[in-house]
Amino acid sequence: MDFNLSAGMFDSELNFNPLVSDKTYDVMILGGGPAGLTAAVYCIRKGVSTGLIVKEIGGQVALTAGVENYMGYRYINGVELVQKFKEQVFQFGIDYDEGTAVQSIDAGDIKKVHFEDGRVFSAKALIIATGKSWRKLGVPGEEEFRGRGVAYCSTCDAPFFSGKNVVVVGGGNSGVEAAIDLARVAEGVTMVQFLEKLTGDTILIDKLSAFKNVRVIYESEVTSIDGRDSVESVSVKNRKTGVVDQIAAQGIFVEIGLIPNSGIVKGLLQLNQAGEIMVDCSCRTSVPGIFAAGDVTDVPFKQIIVAGGEGAKAALTACNYVLNR
Amino acid sequence: MALFDEKVKKQIKDILTAMKDDVSLAFFTQEFECFACGDTRSFVEEIASLSEKIKLAIYDFQKDKDAADRYGVDKIPAIVINDKDNNHLGVTFYGLPGGYEINSFLGSLMEASGLREPLKDDIASRITAVDKDVHIQVFVTLTCPYCPGAVSTAHRLAMENKRIKADMIDAGLFPHLVQKHQVSGVPRIIINESHSMVGVQPIEKLLDVIEKM
Repeated sequence: MDFNLSAGMFDSELNFNPLVSDKTYDVMILGGGPAGLTAAVYCIRKGVSTGLIVKEIGGQVALTAGVENYMGYRYINGVELVQKFKEQVFQFGIDYDEGTAVQSIDAGDIKKVHFEDGRVFSAKALIIATGKSWRKLGVPGEEEFRGRGVAYCSTCDAPFFSGKNVVVVGGGNSGVEAAIDLARVAEGVTMVQFLEKLTGDTILIDKLSAFKNVRVIYESEVTSIDGRDSVESVSVKNRKTGVVDQIAAQGIFVEIGLIPNSGIVKGLLQLNQAGEIMVDCSCRTSVPGIFAAGDVTDVPFKQIIVAGGEGAKAALTACNYVLNR
Repeated sequence: MALFDEKVKKQIKDILTAMKDDVSLAFFTQEFECFACGDTRSFVEEIASLSEKIKLAIYDFQKDKDAADRYGVDKIPAIVINDKDNNHLGVTFYGLPGGYEINSFLGSLMEASGLREPLKDDIASRITAVDKDVHIQVFVTLTCPYCPGAVSTAHRLAMENKRIKADMIDAGLFPHLVQKHQVSGVPRIIINESHSMVGVQPIEKLLDVIEKM
């Protein structure tokens, strides 16, 4: 029996204060993943007044089972790594808010951050490190059957599909991992991959090949999810021939990657086609005084260690900006 | 064999030092222990050994019918968290809160001891205003990182209003309930057997549903 103790949920004497509305912070950081938390440590150590706005502490790392490529740890579970990040931030006093969503941002000499609950905070510089969220299919039936066959978390929900037929959409690492989780319990797993081959790591694909109850349909996409009270079939269209097949399945797991959480800066900052914030090599965005770091940016390779490094760069650039303003 | 290794034991012990008042745990099992009852008993015994503030009473589901009725326990294994005066808070865990669910269990334990984050005023008054019997069941799997959040919210509602009761239910242990409510994804929140919600919901959303019932 494992016990996945969570990140700092019970630290009763955490060293932080609520954000203050009538103060202009030097740097305000949006995001509580590796980029945001690293940026916070760098800003505080530089001695600038810093605010940290977090929706979910740890971001994707908090939901990652194991991490084996963050230097210093041969293996650490995601929650533990987040806890260590958090401890490193909160050894300093910091003004902090967790859980509330940011609605919009005003640029200008002093930047304003508007919360959905009406609160507004000001800063001379902003660091956007809001990360990415799981992408949805956007096909008929997806919303309707959510929790009734449509699922996004294979570790959470695989047990409910024991002895059933399921579809996994997506052939990247998360798709292959989901297929492996499901192949252990399900009768049959059909993977639907957009491209002509799986793009997951070889080590995972080899693991998947060991299962006899998995088949992969290439160059295809899901066009609808159908059923009466719950999922009964999935329509899959071959992208070359246009032929649509109905696959009988009681479940469908959506693992088609991530979308950047850049909605709050759309129209304000320059984004690339994928919706990622475009930054230069010093983490500057298209607006002076607004910096960005981590998975929300167009920096290639979304990795914990990359996001952390980018967070450090963004913080140092932001501090320079504040001091030379 | 102990469930907690030394590292986890120390982490939990450290967390529990922040407990305010005593908390009473009522654990329900039976003479011929059910699947998972034995492990769950070890779990509560080990937890209780980590803090002097935790009092543990073990009941036999068959023989101590009165106690089971008093706490509304209708299946086992069940862990009921009561406050220092053994007042029923309406907070029950059906199954062993292992995996990610250790977090909701420890959270509820701390809250039952009186260590509670203050609620926003409007939320607090909406909870107080609930004047009907509400039973919230939260289905979880122990490998679901989102589920503890859903359980904690439901349990917090229960602690704030006597008319509200909330259960964590390990979907793996109660297949007939999974079947009955057609649970195929967690967290799944069932309110008064009639209303169902998928995924973690903010406390406002739960109140919206409760108020409309």
